[in-house]
Amino acid sequence: MTAVAAVRVAEPGLLTRARWSLSDTLAITRRNMLVWMRVPAYIVFTVVQPVMFVLMFRYVFGGAIPVNVPGGYVSFLMPGIIGQTAAFASFGTAIALAMELQKGVIDRLRSMPMARSAVLAGRLVADTARMTLTILILVGIGYAVGFRFRGGVLPAIWMVLLAIVVGLAFCCVAAFTGLAIGDEESVQAFGMIWLFPLTFVSSAFVPIPTMPGWLQAFANNQPVTFAVNTMRALALGGPVEANLLKTLAWLAGIFIVFAPLAVRAYKRAS
Amino acid sequence: MSEAGPDPAIAVEGLTKSFGQVRALRGIDLSVPRGSVLGVLGPNGAGKTTAVRILTTLLAPDGGRATVNGYDVVRHAAAVRRSIGLSGQAPAIQEELTGRENLEIIGRLYHLSWAEARSRAGELLEQFDLTEAARRPAKTYSGGMQRRLDLAASLVGRPSVLFLDEPTTGLDPRSRLGMWDIIRSLAASGTTILLTTQYLDEADELADAIVVIDHGRVIAEGTAEQLKSRIGGDVLEFTVPDRARLGDAVAAVKRVGGAEPHADAEAGLITVGVGSRGSEALIEAVRALDGAGVTTRGLALRRPSLDDVFLALTGHAAEEDGQPPGRRGRGRRAGGPGGRAAGWQDGRGGERQLAGRAAGRRPGIDQGGE
Repeated sequence: MTAVAAVRVAEPGLLTRARWSLSDTLAITRRNMLVWMRVPAYIVFTVVQPVMFVLMFRYVFGGAIPVNVPGGYVSFLMPGIIGQTAAFASFGTAIALAMELQKGVIDRLRSMPMARSAVLAGRLVADTARMTLTILILVGIGYAVGFRFRGGVLPAIWMVLLAIVVGLAFCCVAAFTGLAIGDEESVQAFGMIWLFPLTFVSSAFVPIPTMPGWLQAFANNQPVTFAVNTMRALALGGPVEANLLKTLAWLAGIFIVFAPLAVRAYKRAS
Repeated sequence: MSEAGPDPAIAVEGLTKSFGQVRALRGIDLSVPRGSVLGVLGPNGAGKTTAVRILTTLLAPDGGRATVNGYDVVRHAAAVRRSIGLSGQAPAIQEELTGRENLEIIGRLYHLSWAEARSRAGELLEQFDLTEAARRPAKTYSGGMQRRLDLAASLVGRPSVLFLDEPTTGLDPRSRLGMWDIIRSLAASGTTILLTTQYLDEADELADAIVVIDHGRVIAEGTAEQLKSRIGGDVLEFTVPDRARLGDAVAAVKRVGGAEPHADAEAGLITVGVGSRGSEALIEAVRALDGAGVTTRGLALRRPSLDDVFLALTGHAAEEDGQPPGRRGRGRRAGGPGGRAAGWQDGRGGERQLAGRAAGRRPGIDQGGE
């Protein structure tokens, strides 16, 4: 038995590694997107589901929900539903990562000389692209059912960008839960448990003052409400700053806590 | 294996790993000379996969050291990853993508340019006889084709050391022989291969040297011939159709062979090592069995197989998860959805082998096994 001798290893430079991380992330992104192109039903359903929500709230519940915004309930609804759609994009992140973990794909990728961040990053990039597409389609559907941006073009663009960043933050949380739980069906069930209260017990669909007091206490102080209020102000005009600051604080907090947790869960995943 | 030379491709010293209370590896030593094939043989749960996971940097060992191509698997994990390929139980391929797309994307992950990734994918598809299927999604492939594509994926980076974790588990017999040919030609081209298997004939066919692992320890090593010679000569084997007479048959041949006979109650099969006494022992056995009035079938003298070696070394057969012979079989037959599920968990190896024998009857299931 030979002694295990010390070997000097020439590691590639920082620039090379940065370039590799980027190309690895793009390769994984491409892989994820090719899967969607082969299974178009998945993309269709992820788009149809929020469109169905729009139609139901616009035409079924909307008439019974009095709101005090220009343009009526559809104006109130669209920023809320776009915020919810961004948050729900995280379902896909959690489920896809849990499934890859379960099948052992992640294991195999970890045995290759690729950047360790690429599987997570490639997943988030692909999911963000999917979410952006869904949001843009929703804006179009909104316009078809009477929604109008009332604050100008630039605030409208900011609203869409904010929705995407909010969605990305939720995807980070979901990446962690998906890898930590590691079982497709449990991950799906768990997604319901945290995403439904956060998006429905918020200002997304109804004015918070219509809720009982104890529920208002939660609804008034959670990130989806701040984000939706900011988006609504950007879409319809109105004061943005207070809600935006709270939203950004929440987003920073979520990224600071959950991005490292997701990376750690990925490194430990087996 | 002191003849390993100064620079083995894989060197392992005193490797240990526990998962909670379970001690998966209890101090493994291995040395694989460059360009050779090491067969790591053992039943399910012996620690084979744990060892492979440590050597491929997926898992950190609790103790001991391991190098691959001279690189420490913990300290120089990135360098190890650049020089190895892994294929086996966990699939690298994405089923929705075509064979070509899978290989091209993996080429990109090995930092080949697009042009290089494309030509490498083409070469490998050609080499593994997948050119015609290259444009189809991998999920339309047969079990054997998927396994070949997966092996091709592990070769994209032209590794000098290849880890094959149970490469033929779950394959039908024909695909299995095809995979053997591929592994032989890889070995012939100079690739160092560490191959885990629970099939004794596979190690016998492919490996230059064999290490037998049981309960996280190396219990024997050597060439197939050396291991067989441990039995000390020929083996007498026969079946007793009347199971009630099994005990009498064992008693009868006990006096004949030098070794303790082994009886498989389920199959009614008795084997006993008879050393170099060969035909003399055969005649004595016939007389003893006749004298005891036991009817036998297929009484014959044969060269020892690695099955016999495993039996002699561990006291249990290789494919029985260390349980007494037959117990698992009964558990699985004991019907009911609950019992079936338990049997599946328990007898994973058995179930997979069954699937393999049934000529790819359910390729989807044995593919997604682990």
